[in-house]
This record gives sequence, C-alpha cells and structure tokens, in this order.
Amino acid sequence: MNTSYGPDITDLIDALPAVTETELRDLHGRLADSADAQQVLDVAYRTLDTPVGTLLLAATVNGLVRVAFETEGHDKVLQSLADRVSPRILNTPKRLDVAAREIDEYFGGARQHFDLPLDFRLTTGFRRQILAHLSDIGYGQTASYGSVAAAAGSPKAVRAVGTACANNPLPVVVPCHRVVRSDGSLGGYLGGLAAKQLLLTMEAA
Amino acid sequence: MTPKRPFELIVAGHGATVLRVCRAVLGPVDADDAWSETFLSALKAYPELPGDANVEAWLVRIAHRKAIDVTRAAARRPVPVADVPDRPSIPRSDSLDFDLSKALAALSPKQREVVVYHYVAGLTYKDIAAVLGGSADAARRSAADGIAILRQVHPDNALRKGRAQ
Repeated sequence: MNTSYGPDITDLIDALPAVTETELRDLHGRLADSADAQQVLDVAYRTLDTPVGTLLLAATVNGLVRVAFETEGHDKVLQSLADRVSPRILNTPKRLDVAAREIDEYFGGARQHFDLPLDFRLTTGFRRQILAHLSDIGYGQTASYGSVAAAAGSPKAVRAVGTACANNPLPVVVPCHRVVRSDGSLGGYLGGLAAKQLLLTMEAA
Repeated sequence: MTPKRPFELIVAGHGATVLRVCRAVLGPVDADDAWSETFLSALKAYPELPGDANVEAWLVRIAHRKAIDVTRAAARRPVPVADVPDRPSIPRSDSLDFDLSKALAALSPKQREVVVYHYVAGLTYKDIAAVLGGSADAARRSAADGIAILRQVHPDNALRKGRAQ
C-alpha cells in the first residue's frame, strides 16, 4: 500500500538505467583477463562447433583437462569440473585458442597429431596408463581393446580398457575412438557411435 | 555439503544486479571498476565461501567495500568536467525523464546504500545491517527516509503537488 505522495517504489527503482548484454559481456571479458593475469582462474572453458557437435573444451594452467560432447551435458560437465578441479571457472576462450585451432585443423583434415599440453588429473592409475598408450595408435589406424590392454602391460585387462575409454576425459584429442572390437565392430563411444563412426571414416579418407 | 557452482554461473546470475548496485551507489563512471574489482575479489575468495551462503549478500558486501575504495580513490583525483557519460537511457513513458541515479545523489550515503541494497539487490535489512553495521531497524528507518526523499524529487510528485495547489 502506497500511503505517501509520489510513485510506487518499484517504479522508482526501475528508473535505474538498464544493464545491457553488451556491457555485461565487456565486463566479463575484462574479468576473465584480470583473473587469468593474476592466476586465480583455475579452469577456463569455451565451446567449439565441430562435425561431431558442439564440444566443450576446458583447460587448467597445466593444459587441456576436459573435452566433452554435448551428449554428456555441458552443464553437468562444468559442475563436475567445479567439484573435482576447482569452482573458479570462467568462460574464457583465450586460454583455449590453441586447442580450438588444432581441433579445427583436425576436423578440416589438416592435422593428424595434436601438439597440446594435456592435464590428465581427471583420470588416475591404470586408466591413465591406458590412455597414455592410446596416442600410440596413429591417425587412420585402429586397435582392438585387447591389443591396447597388452600394450599397457596387462593383456587380460580388456574390460579395463573399455572402462578407461568410456571415461576418457579428453576424447578426440586422446584418440579412444581408434579402439574397436577385435571382430572389427565399433564397440562403444561416450560421444555416441555415430560420432565414433564419423571420426574413423574421416581419418580413413 | 552443498556443491559449489562454477563461478561462471555466479557472474551470469548476479552480474547485472551487482552492476546496477555499483551504478546506483557510485554513478556510472566508477561503476565498471567497482564491478570488476568486486568479481575479481569474489573469484579469489569463492572456494572458501560456505556452500549454503547467500551469494547475493556476499557479493554486495564485497561491492560495498570496493565502492568505498573507489570513492576514496576518486576523492584523490581531480574532479572530471562532465560527470555523466554519454549513455543511452531507456525512455520511460510513465516517469518522464526521472533518472534515479541522479536522484540518489540527494540521499545521504547511508540512505543511498540501504535503499540500493534492499530495493535493487533484494537484501533483507538484517543482511544490510551485517554489511553496514548498526541494527536491522536502523537500516529499515534509513530506507524509509531515503524513499521519502526520492518520492519528493520525483517529477510525478511535483505534478501532484502542482495539481493540489
């Protein structure tokens, strides 16, 4: 109830000049730059449109820490980065310029190897060992789950190889898509089988 | 334990409100710096913030300290010639050319802060008392005094007074 003379309080407050999207975007950019310069930005991320859908790329100061398919749910992935790495997360394309360029080049057929610092902190132990061996499978090649297990020194750990691939925090860059079943069928893929097929077909061309 | 949301969501969710608060308290010239300082400090301290904390009240507390810093720095600077930048304002049909950020200058700093923190940021008087010191009741009284002054300087009020005479 407005008992005094004059306009409603809400009208008074609404008379503040509106904040525009552009102003906020500029301020956000400034914040990201200062945060990066003062080394208080633990995780930077951006998205990148690719033939296998929009990828989320995230990096710590040590290197690329996560590549995520849309099917994983980017919001969920960011929350998991907040829980497992640090909640100091900002959308900051700058730190990911090189990674984005290399992934672009890869999908454009102009790059067969990634030359990026990688941060493997989201995987540990044997899984990490397995992922380290995946980069030995060259562009356009495939290997069976069994042969990857053998290369990692545990020929019987075929299921563990499957689990490591299914939980690869850096798909596309760490080429788990090159691991297929020994009968030649695709096996699984965290980005969906269509994405795996697309990557293998592209590399075979 | 409540999971801590990615800081990006804190900026997305509260950035506009904090900017409105900074502008209302400081005016448009210094508001951008205060906003940047506020969110940079907040980002640094964010991992230590309890998961169940009221994020908006926490941000306003930081913004309040930054506004004091900015005001002190401004006091040491030569006075600029024009204090209102060339910023397009949204035309409003119902309140003529009323500019709240200018009208707020008619309030005492305490009244201005309480009005902005309560009506713009949505903080309770209890939260405001925690930021400014003093009691929740004192904050409520300052807000009432501040709103009364804003009503007096509002053109609608001048109109009514004109009609009453």
